[in-house]
Amino acid sequence: MEYVIILISAIFVNNIVLSQFLGICPFLGVSTKVNTALGMTGAVTFVMALATLVTYLVQYYLLVPLHIEFLQTVAFILVIAALVQMIEIILKKISPSLYQALGIYLPLITTNCCVLGVAILVVTKEFTFGGTAHMLNLGESVVYSVASALGFGLALTIFAGIREQLSMSNTPKAFRGVPIALVTASILSLAFMGFSGLVR
Amino acid sequence: MTSFAQKLILKEMSQFNNKLSIVRRGMVDNNPTFMLILGMCPTLGTTTSAINGFSMGLATMFVLILSNVLISAVARIIPEKVRIPCYIVIIATLVCVLQLLMQVYVPALYKTLGIYIPLIVVNCIILGRAEAYAKDHNPGDSALDGLGVGIGFTFALTILGMVREFLGNGSFFGIKLFPGDGVLAFVLAPGGFLALAYLIVIFRKLTAKIVNK
Amino acid sequence: MAMESSFKNMVLVLTIVCLVCSTILGFVYKATAEPIRLAEIAKTNTSIGEVVPAFDNTPSEEDTVINVGGKPYTVFIAKKGGEPVGYAVKSYSTGFGGVITLMVGITPDRVVYNTSVVSMSETPGLGAKIVPYGKFNAQFKGWNPAEKTLKVKKDGGDVDAITAATITSRAFTAAVQTALDVFDQLCPKTNTEGNEPVQQ
Repeated sequence: MEYVIILISAIFVNNIVLSQFLGICPFLGVSTKVNTALGMTGAVTFVMALATLVTYLVQYYLLVPLHIEFLQTVAFILVIAALVQMIEIILKKISPSLYQALGIYLPLITTNCCVLGVAILVVTKEFTFGGTAHMLNLGESVVYSVASALGFGLALTIFAGIREQLSMSNTPKAFRGVPIALVTASILSLAFMGFSGLVR
Repeated sequence: MTSFAQKLILKEMSQFNNKLSIVRRGMVDNNPTFMLILGMCPTLGTTTSAINGFSMGLATMFVLILSNVLISAVARIIPEKVRIPCYIVIIATLVCVLQLLMQVYVPALYKTLGIYIPLIVVNCIILGRAEAYAKDHNPGDSALDGLGVGIGFTFALTILGMVREFLGNGSFFGIKLFPGDGVLAFVLAPGGFLALAYLIVIFRKLTAKIVNK
Repeated sequence: MAMESSFKNMVLVLTIVCLVCSTILGFVYKATAEPIRLAEIAKTNTSIGEVVPAFDNTPSEEDTVINVGGKPYTVFIAKKGGEPVGYAVKSYSTGFGGVITLMVGITPDRVVYNTSVVSMSETPGLGAKIVPYGKFNAQFKGWNPAEKTLKVKKDGGDVDAITAATITSRAFTAAVQTALDVFDQLCPKTNTEGNEPVQQ
């Protein structure tokens, strides 16, 4: 039951893009077409789940026992960069078609704030799922990261749909491109705030 | 004044102008927030107040200038194919150093900015400037570029923070200007997006004349 | 212009870069470890000083841990002339966005002297109003639980909650109540009237 709460909370209530401000760069850059949005979502979900899993293990079985928690930032980003590189290589060999579809987004994901952001959040913040505040265990962490990625994808896809429509309408010249996208994001974020009573 | 001295002074001035224009280009033409639309995550996440935005800008500028200088210095000895991981290691080390220094000198601020400090590592601005400028220029110019872009970023964050703090809280850098609450939405996510959108439009309009030169 | 991208070169350079960077980090860490520890202690001392009457000992060195409800709480004892003048309890509870940690100062007559927020991650503009010290916090100053009920008005008590931040207000109040429970365990017979200790 708690996993359901995590899912709902991370996808809707505390949507990673619209309320935690992580992953905005690709959000504004990749969301012009629904197809690319879906591709990006798939890549991000996959990388985030794996990255959270590995960084969680690195934190609790390497950094903490050796008392080198201050290396967290360096260690995590190296893990993510290496992971993305490996995924690219493996994907190329196993499924060239999937590589074609996701390939261009993978390098972008290394510098995506939401991957590093969620990885750090999961080992530093005490979450309030299920009433009491506690640090997440491995299972909850992975579910949380998958849910965050799905939330990212949801926001991205809705956004792409709206932008596809916007590109065909008459926007004031000064607002064309990023500004009108941001105004749209603002209204979308306002809409998602309506979910805030759902959990707890 | 002899014509020799005049020529020397003119030459010095034009060199100074060149250096100055690197900084100006970083602040205006390449303003990461308003023009290049880079580094959006901290832009929206830390501007709930002017001071937070300002501090975040300074922290990022610290890393940006140092990373530009370091990367520019070692760019020639790093093989092409492995340059991105190397740059990332350098930037991550700088951010770690920043984290430790902040914990000593400004622990309260460190807690307030929270997760956005380690996220400086993946701030597209830093890697972006390394790729676009630092690796092809000398350390001196790279430092100036970092300074310009850093000032531009800090300026953008401070202005956004000021707007959001004023509209959302009725205060200016922590000093309450009128009693009661402002429009709460501005301190939260929706207002952040909205304020940024309008600031981009205004900034582009105001600087159109300078940029097109 | 750059070095040739042979495999040997790449591995060599990457390894050297990593080694140099970790050495630098190691140095900076060693240099900052002590100052960071001292800064932490200074911060604890400051918040203790805000919540108890004037003292002449070093409360941060005279601390004890009390268990209430299965959770540990640290109590710092402030003394003047060898006699305790206040007990600073580091209390915590689950707020809306995470754990709220408070320093609650209680004088030996079981009255709350003052409170100070150590850390919180509540919503800006709503729950985050507990920092800086404002109207909400001030009502706990000199709060005598024998005269007033330590619950928010909505729950039948006397605490004025922050508008639209009921959960945060409840959590804050709960943390103060927990501090009193800790105090009761530390000094069981402090009821000056000789009545039964207030049970919650």
